[in-house]
Order: sequence, then structure tokens, then C-alpha cells
Amino acid sequence: MKRFVYINDDESSQELYCDNRISNRKYTVLNFLPKNLWEQFSRFMNQYFLLIACLQLWSLITPVNPASTWGPLIFIFAVSASKEAWDDYNRYLSDKKANEKHIWVVRQGIRKHIQAQDIHVGNIVWLRENDEVPCDLVLIGTSDTQGLCYVETAALDGETDLKTRVIPSACMGMDFELLHKIKGVIECPNPDKDIRRFDANLRLFPPFIDNDLCPLTIKNTLLQSCYLRNTEWACGVAVYTGNETKLGMSRGIPEPKLTAMDAMIDKLTGAIFVFQIVVVMVLGIAGNVWKDTEARKQWYVLYPIEGPWYELLVIPLRFELLCSIMIPISIKVSLDLVKSLYAKFIDWDSEMIDQDTGIPSHATNTAISEDLGQVEYILTDKTGTLTENRMIFRRCCISGIFYGNESGDALKDVKLLNAVAGSSPDVVRFLTVMAICNTVIPIKSKTGAILYKAQSQDEDALVNAAARLHMVYVNKNANILEIRFNGSVIQYEVLETLEFTSDRKRMSVVVKDCQNGKIVLLSKGADEAILPYAYAGQQTRALVEAVEQYAQLGLRTLCLAWRELKEDEYQEWSLMFKEASSTLVDREWRIAEVCQRLEHDFEVLGVTAIEDRLQDGVPETIETLRKAGINFWMLTGDKQNTAIQIALSCNFISPEPKGQLLLIDGKTEGEVCRSLERVLLTMRITSSEPKDVAFVVDGWALEIALKHYRKAFTELAILSRTAICCRVTPSQKAQLVELLKSCDYRTLAIGDGGNDVRMIQQADIGVGISGREGLQAARAADYSIGKFRFLKRLILVHGRYSYNRTAFLSQYSFYKSLVICFIQIFFSFISGVSGTSLFNSVSLMAYNVFYTSVPVLVSVLDKDLSEGTVMQHPQILVYCQAGRLLNPSTFAGWFGRSLFHLIVAAGMGPVLALKYFRYTYRPSKINALQQAERMGGPILSLGNIEPQPRLMEKEVSPLSITQPKNRNPVYEPLLSDSPNSTRRSFGSGAPFDFFQSQSRLSSSYSRNCKDN
Amino acid sequence: MTNTDRERHRERETAFYLFTQQRLPACKPVLTPAWVITIFLFTGFIFIPVGLVTLRASRSVVEIVERYDTECVPEPFRIDKVSYVQDDSIPKNCSLSLKVRKYMKAPIYIYYQLDNYYQNHRRYVKSRSDRQLLHGWKYHATSSCQPVEFNNNQPIVPCGLIAWSLFNDTFTFIRERAELKVNRKNIAWKSDRDHKFGKTVYPFNFQNGTLIGGGKLNPRIPLSDQEDLIVWMRTSALPSFRKLYGRIEEDLDADDVVVVHLMNNYNTYGFGGKKKLVLSTSSWLGGKNDFLGLACVFVGSSSVILAIVFMLLHLKSRR
Repeated sequence: MKRFVYINDDESSQELYCDNRISNRKYTVLNFLPKNLWEQFSRFMNQYFLLIACLQLWSLITPVNPASTWGPLIFIFAVSASKEAWDDYNRYLSDKKANEKHIWVVRQGIRKHIQAQDIHVGNIVWLRENDEVPCDLVLIGTSDTQGLCYVETAALDGETDLKTRVIPSACMGMDFELLHKIKGVIECPNPDKDIRRFDANLRLFPPFIDNDLCPLTIKNTLLQSCYLRNTEWACGVAVYTGNETKLGMSRGIPEPKLTAMDAMIDKLTGAIFVFQIVVVMVLGIAGNVWKDTEARKQWYVLYPIEGPWYELLVIPLRFELLCSIMIPISIKVSLDLVKSLYAKFIDWDSEMIDQDTGIPSHATNTAISEDLGQVEYILTDKTGTLTENRMIFRRCCISGIFYGNESGDALKDVKLLNAVAGSSPDVVRFLTVMAICNTVIPIKSKTGAILYKAQSQDEDALVNAAARLHMVYVNKNANILEIRFNGSVIQYEVLETLEFTSDRKRMSVVVKDCQNGKIVLLSKGADEAILPYAYAGQQTRALVEAVEQYAQLGLRTLCLAWRELKEDEYQEWSLMFKEASSTLVDREWRIAEVCQRLEHDFEVLGVTAIEDRLQDGVPETIETLRKAGINFWMLTGDKQNTAIQIALSCNFISPEPKGQLLLIDGKTEGEVCRSLERVLLTMRITSSEPKDVAFVVDGWALEIALKHYRKAFTELAILSRTAICCRVTPSQKAQLVELLKSCDYRTLAIGDGGNDVRMIQQADIGVGISGREGLQAARAADYSIGKFRFLKRLILVHGRYSYNRTAFLSQYSFYKSLVICFIQIFFSFISGVSGTSLFNSVSLMAYNVFYTSVPVLVSVLDKDLSEGTVMQHPQILVYCQAGRLLNPSTFAGWFGRSLFHLIVAAGMGPVLALKYFRYTYRPSKINALQQAERMGGPILSLGNIEPQPRLMEKEVSPLSITQPKNRNPVYEPLLSDSPNSTRRSFGSGAPFDFFQSQSRLSSSYSRNCKDN
Repeated sequence: MTNTDRERHRERETAFYLFTQQRLPACKPVLTPAWVITIFLFTGFIFIPVGLVTLRASRSVVEIVERYDTECVPEPFRIDKVSYVQDDSIPKNCSLSLKVRKYMKAPIYIYYQLDNYYQNHRRYVKSRSDRQLLHGWKYHATSSCQPVEFNNNQPIVPCGLIAWSLFNDTFTFIRERAELKVNRKNIAWKSDRDHKFGKTVYPFNFQNGTLIGGGKLNPRIPLSDQEDLIVWMRTSALPSFRKLYGRIEEDLDADDVVVVHLMNNYNTYGFGGKKKLVLSTSSWLGGKNDFLGLACVFVGSSSVILAIVFMLLHLKSRR
């Protein structure tokens, strides 16, 4: 399917395609009520409540006034409907603002100022500098003589650097007048959401130039929501408009996330529903029997001898209504309320404000705070998440001489400064490569200072460092670069740019020195992509050593190289390059091949070492969270060595002999398979040892492993507490999240850049760091925090408290409605099983709302342990992770309690006794910590028993329980007690072990194997 | 300290700030053995005396209970009691003699007690119209009164099953040939008389139909003065209940014999219910009911026992 866009044709395409009216609205004024109601009623709970409310309208069976159900029901619906309406209204307002923005468009050959919503496909749209692009355009003219313009695509893909866009060759050199009259046709595919692809053709109509087909790519487009930068004006033809733009197509409402707790509550609700049905059936039958045997004798009841056909149903339905309060209507409201309060607590937390920027943490998704307390796997990005993503040029090695080794900062190294001052030729060439072998665009600000817009932080660091060393990249004017070195200005003409790809791992520029006309190839890249291509005679040993030394320090290394080209060599190659760049099939591969022909026989100038510092508190955070039983996976696009170095420096993995790294690599299926099996074998053996085993896998091997050996890899994923995946793509990150999720683990993904967005959206919880790579990750995430170290507080404090509070609140809601329901059931036995309500409507409603719902909301302030204690003993998180406070057996406890309180209204004495007994003689870890915390006694250090978890099982440590916990009564029983426990069990019968990573792994392993 | 610092400091003190930081002051009791044992002992020492006092009050009440439903049916009719009680032509007089065992101080309350009578049956309890009781037959929306709503296309006042099944046994008390004065006023709740039953509402078309239920009402007395009806219409929650009939305002001495003349009109034979006559004095705690006292004593003593158990446990293994 294709669409044909006739340029500047006012009539033809108006009906065919939609106009540029953007609409993100879910509802219109007319369909709001039905659509919203329909959506709300697609939930089971709501259907149930509606059914109950409708049944109550039948006065023959209703035990209470229908208002007591209709009131709350309408209230709940009104609240969520008005929330939806408000959101939708805000979307409408922002749409309206975008739609009514004024844009210059050519109409009948004249430029007119019209509203953005009136743009039609085929219109020519004119933009000025810093304008937002209103729809997807094909560029046909710019102010730049070379036909270039710069756009910022941050809103589209989150990348904040400037990208160059070029006009198609057919439109080259058209002037202002001509652009108003241009006619032609663009053949382009139907709208899709791929923002990296645009395969189209352009044909201009006579009298314009030739009528050859001119191929168009994404490089020729200006996509909606980008900003025009550094270009005075640009104009383009609208090809996709309104909601059919690439942005509009890729926009989607992400599926709402459901927490493990919600799922559990739903399950328990289902169980209660079944129980209710059983009760209703039993009572219904009993009621009908009693009616036929007894009630007919009771003359004062005056039962008619012949009842209506539905007579048998009346009593069961009455009981259904009486028991309907078993599922409390208030639970949804109270949970929504407290959840939004949890989110507010995160927003308010003054300890999670980024001191540098003053940005507080923010919970975008207010509904999933409990999940934070149940996280089992954290998948983290490296750059910008663990590190600051503030690249600083630290050291370099030029022609075998190391600079910056003593001071740790090459920019302050006197030797280097002297060499620069003395214009040592090696150093000058090195600095030249640093300054101009890149895609950086210098921008002069009003104060005269030069700002660099760089695609990568590395290039930014290099250019800035070069500037500090007096090699200042001043200006880029079309193809002419200006460099100022020690006061003199040098100009270069850029002939070609051989762009960076992750396969080539290097980038090069071909420049011509404007003074002497020499053509030079400047390259920089990873060591393995540069050093093998050094010219035959060069000694690279010193360089290899330098690279190794720097990698040991966790620095990012780049090798710089150059080569002088002969005029004819360049000309010859240039033709090949042009040809390769215009091929339609396998273009990238062809270009790489052609580049290879030029990039050889380098004179390697030296090695740069760039530091990406770890963020504050990263090692401590990781250590604490690992103690809490959370497993860490690092997913990075960086190379293996750097990833491992960073991992070592932030406690991610332990150095030998405590830790062990297992490598999965290989280029072919067979190699990967062998390597995977070997690693798996080692892992199985060592899983019984207290050793930190981690596996390392690179993107290529991962691709193969996920495709062909998914089962083995899954097993490995379950066995391994730590993993490092390097050179992975955004979609692989998402795949890994998916893999862990499929093993029924709660995953948290944390990242900062556009490449983490998919992983963040995929994971149960997405956390974005509002960092230097833009806000895209933070915008897509459920939580955005300023620094990685806040994660500790987010999980251990907010997550844990939220979990505890919701566990209490939800079970309490059921408890209180069960109590009143049991009373009603009990009463029915002494009221002739006729379905009389003991309480009147007002009392019932007041009980549900004023006596039991509102006061209990205070429990959102409840803290079982102080924040400090939790931080000191993160192991306590196990209770939340394993779901020990809300599961069928705790629920059974609450159920039992409600039965007990039915019989003994003032049952506090026995409950207190039971609590005390458990607290003193069978304390759980939480109780032990509570005792320690509140008595001011010595907080028994859990740390000293940590390294030898196996030993601890044998010794009677002060905090471990010596008896099996199998006899636990109602309060907080272990999961293993309950036969139908669905979550993991922790080595049943064995003494409960805090750090029982081994048995935990093996049990979860066996569980997951069963699942398979 | 600069001004802004001080301001920030002040801001940190506010309750709202503490709330946002989840740092509001809280009380976190610890269940130490000493505390728990003290609490249990304390509860025990509170509850046991309270229970004993309550029990004593309850025991001081003198109560005479006499079941009369079978005795009051003459021998020949005992085979078919229902037809006896439904037959208007047979006189229903009956006499009981009650012996007073202990001195009874006035006022002595007279109750009739019905057992196995489901005033809480759903069909029954709903069958009334409070609006009609207050506003009279002008109030028409009386569908809740079904099946006793209309008779001969005329509304019934008071309508509904409850009023229709009004208890209609009557009692007179004679001591040594002199009739004891029974005060039948002020036996209903004041609020019921004043606010629930209309002063201008008179019984109308009541017990006029083919189906005769219980007692009849004097159509010339407004509902607010028909205290028997008001008492009856305050339905009981349990199937066994007592309702106040009147008060004897003279003391009864021990060994006095009271002869009761009663009209055994009300049909409890159809469903095996029991009818009892109760004479009871009252204490400061009301009538005779040992439950509260026993419960208090039980709670108190079990607390003490628990305290002792915990104390022994604590001494045995100190934690």
C-alpha cells in the first residue's frame, strides 16, 4: 500500500487523507458516559457490585435500603469517571494548543499564516529556527546553501544531540520563489511508526529540472515534534498529518501494570466469592426447607399457599444480598486512596531530592508502590545509571609517553602542557584528531563562549579536553572547520565523514588542510578496531599496554590514528564511497566495506582514557540491596572490559577468589551452546558454595542463546544472582526483562536513556533516572529519581512500607466485612433462616464507611520498623519479597480472626496473649528487630553472620529461630505452612535463614523447572 | 544562622512537614513480659470485682415465671388445641395461682413471654408502615404492609402483619380476694408514643376481614395511647422474648399467693410456641440476667490465669 502525495496541489488530497488535527483524546463529549461506563464495567468487581445494586432494587429480597449500595457505587464511579474526564480534558487542551498554533503554509502560491490543524497532505510548510515541526515533512529547502539543516529529535527518540537533515538532490539549489511553485509527487508508504525508516521516492513535475525518480530516506525528513535548530529557515512537504504521523502512530497508551499484590487480592476476592456462593446455597436451601416445614405453621407470617414461580429463588437471593458485603465495596476506594498517598510520600520525600538539580523524586504511576517491596531482580543500565555519564578526559598516551598517570588528570600534567606549548608534532596531531574527528557542532553563545552539541558524551569530553589544551574547535561553517591552536587559526575542509557504527567500532573523517591542501584521514575507535590496522612498522606494544592499564582502572579508552592520503587515492575512493552511499540494498554493509578500504595503514597516535565516574553511593546501594536478597543484572551497550571494571568497582561482582566470572561467548551457534553448557555446569556445582558467581554474556551470544537455547539460558538466569550483559541492544534489554518475568520474578528496570525505554516499559516496575541523556526514560518510567542511590530508599523504605500497609489494609477490609457478615449469617439461624438483616441500612453503611474504613486509613502512617533499622538490616525485605504478609495463609488467619470475633466480641485478651506469646517465644525477624529498636538494646548485628550463611544454620545465632516454624498460628505464618501457597517456599522445616540464598535459589529453581 | 535557614528550620517543625516525611511522633509499645503480665493482672483485678458486683445485682432480682399455655386448655380440648383457641364460642378463662417465694418490692413488672415466636422473620418484620402509624390512612404508600394492607378495598389502619397479630391475652391479679392494681400506662417507650404513633390516628377497618389475627383495637382511642400495640410493634430480635404488660405497684410479701385470671386468647398452639407469665422486680442493673456478671468473672479470672502462666514461663526461660 502506498500513498501518493501531490506537492502543492490544494484540491486532490484534501479528502483522501486526514487533516493535521492531533487528537490524543480517549473520549468525546457524546461518547464519554457510555464508553467510560463500559470500561469501568469490564472489571469483574464492578460487574459484581452493579449486579448486587440492581438486585437490591427488588424490594422483596433486599435486606437494606438500596441507597446503601447505590450511594457508594455511584460515588466510586463518579470519582474514577471524573478523574478520567479531567485527564482527557487536559489532553484536549494540549491538543488544542498544538492544533491552533500558527504555521506558515503555501496556499495558491502565496505563503499564509494558518492554524496547524489546517495543514493538509501535500502542503508546503515553512519553518523558522527553533520552530516545532507540526507534521511529518519531506525537506525540500533550507537556508543552508548545502541543503543541510539541523534538528533536535529529543521528543521523538530522547536523543538530545543535533541531527543533520539534508534536502533531496532533486531539490538542490532551488531558490525562494521556486519553492513556492514547486509541483511534483512523492510516493511513500502508508503511515507506520518506524522512526528510523522512510523509503520513498520523489518526482518533480516539469518544468522543474528532470523527471527522474529521486530516492528519499529518513535523512530527508523532518518528523513531527522535532525542533529546527541552527538553521534560519527550512521548508518541506507534508506527507503524514494529524494522528498519522510517525509520532502519532507510535503513541500508545501503555497497558496498566498490575502489582503482584493486586493479583493476590483478586485471587483472594475470588476465593471469598466462592465461599459466599457456598454460604448462599447452604443458607438458601436451609431457608427453603425451614419455610416449608416451619414457617407454614406460623400463622402470623401468613405465607401464601401458592407462591409465584420464583419463590424458591427468593430466599437464596436474599442471602446473596446479605452476604454481598463479604466483598467490601470500600476496598477499592481505600486502596486507591492509600496508593496515591504512597506515591505522594515518594514525591514529598526530602531525602530523595537530587541536591545538584533540586529535582524531587516522582511517582508517575501511583498504583504500583507495593511492587517496589517485592522486587527480586533489578536490571540496570550502566552509563548514566550507575555512572554519572559525565565523561572526563583523564589520561592519555601519546607516542608511548603516558600523561596524567601521576596526577590522575592529563589536563594538569605539566609534561603535556609543555609539549603543547612546544607544538610537539605528535601532540599537535593527537589534539587535532581529538578536536575534529567527530560529529560535534560548536555553537557560539551570546557571551562568546563556545558550546558543543555532541552526539556522544565521549566526543564531548574529547573536544572539551582539546579546547583546554589550546586546540579549540571554533566554528563549523558548512564543510569548513575552524580550529584555533595557540592563537593561530587553522581551517580544514571536511570531505567525508565515515560515521560510527557499532559493527565498525570506529569513526573517521577525511579532511583537507586548507593551507597546504593535504588530505588526511583522521580516525578514532576502540582498540580492537584501530590497532590491527596500524601500518606495518609501527610498534603498538606500548599502546596495547596503555589500553590494558586504562581498562584496569575502569576508564573508557579510544585509540586515535591518522593517515595522509594521496590526492588520487582519495578521488578514487571517493567515487566508490558515493556509489556505496546511494545503493538501496545492503547499504550499510557496502559502506562499511568501502570504508575498510580507506581505514588501514594507520599511524596510531595514541590512546585517550576517559573517566565516567560512579555516582555517589552506588556501591553501598548495590551492597545493601543485594543483602536484601535482590539480584542484580547489568545490561549495557558498553564493551565487556569496561562493564566488568565498573561492575567490580561498584560491588556488583566480587573479585577473585570470592567471586567468579563465567564467560559466555562465541560467534556461532555451536560455540555459544558449548560455552553456555559449560557455564551452566559450573553454576550448578558452585550453587551450593557461598561464592559470588556471575556470568558475562555479550550481545551476539545473547542473541543466539535467546533464540536457540532459551531453556538453558532461562535455567542459567534462575541460578545466577548476578549477570553482566554487554553490547546489548534496547530490544535485547526488553527481551531479558521478559525472560525474567516469564519465570515469575518481579523485575525492576532502571535506566536513564532512550535506549532503556523499552526495558523500563517492559519491566514490572520501571525506574528512570532523570539524568543527562534527557528525560525520555524518566518520562516513560513509573518512578523517576535523581540518583541511583535513591533506589535503596525507594525499595527498602517506600516499597516495604507500602507493601506492609496494603497487606494490612486489604486483609483488614475483608476481615471487617466478614465479621459483620458472619453476624448476619449467625442471626439468620435464629430468625427462621428468612434473611432478615440484623442491622438497618444506616448502621450498615456507617459501619462500612465511618467506623471501619476511614479510621483505618490512618494505617498509611504505620511503620513496623524505623527507617534506620530497615536500612541497617535490609534482609528483612525477604518478608515482603516472598509475600509473607499477604497470601492465602495470612488471609486464612484473618478469616479465622473474624470468626473468632463473631463469637467473642471483646476478644482482645486472647489475641494479645497470643501475640505476646509469639512475640516473646517465637519472634519473627521483624519482631526481633522491633524489640531491639524500641528497647534501645543492642541491635544484634546481622552483618557478622552474613558471610557464612551455611554456618549459621548450624549455630544458634541470636536472631535465628531454633524450632521449626511449622506450628505457627494465625499471625504472619510462613508460606511453607500453607499447602496451597503459590509463592516460593523457603526450605520448609529448616531453620529460617535470613540469607538463604542457596536454598532460595534451589527452591525457586526447582519451582521454575516445574513450571517448565 | 541566616533567615532562610531559620525559615527552613521552622518549616521542618510543622506537623504537615513531619507528615509528608512520615515522621510523625508515634507510640510503639513493646510487649515485654513485665508489661504483659501487669496488663493481664490489672485486667483481672478490674474485671473480677465488676463481675461479682454485677452478678450480685442480678441475683438480687426476684422473678416468678409460670408457663400457662398447656394448663389453660381444658382437658377435653388438649388433643386439638388449635381448634380450641380458634373457636370463639368457647370461653377462654383460666386461673393460675402463683406463690411468692421471696419478698418482692414494688414496682413489680409483669411480662408475657413467648418462645419459638419469630417476630424477627423477614416477612413479618417488614410488614408495617411507620408512616401510616404516624399519619393515618391518608398515607397511601403502604405496599410494605402486604399481605395485610387492604380489606374490602379499604385501607387497614394499622396495617401489616405485626399489628394484625397483636397479642391479646389479658391478665388480672388477685391477692387475698382483693384485686391488685395493675398500672398499664407508661409501658411503651416515650419516644414511640410521642413521635412514632400518631395522636390523631385511630384504628380503622382493623381485624375486620375474613382472616382474624390477634387482638382488636378500640377504634376510639388514638394509636399513641394504644400502648399494648406500641409494645407489640417494637419487634424483638430473638425468637424468645418478653414484653411488658404492666406494673404492680404494691409490694408482695413472701408466701403471698397471687391468683391470676387470664383470657387465653392468643394462638401459639399452631406452631408449638410457649406462653409464660413473668413477674419480676428490678435492680439498678435491670432484670435478672447473670450473663454479664459471669462473662466479667470469666474474663477476669482467665486474665489472671494467663498472667500466672506467663509469669511461670518467663521465670522458666528468660528471654
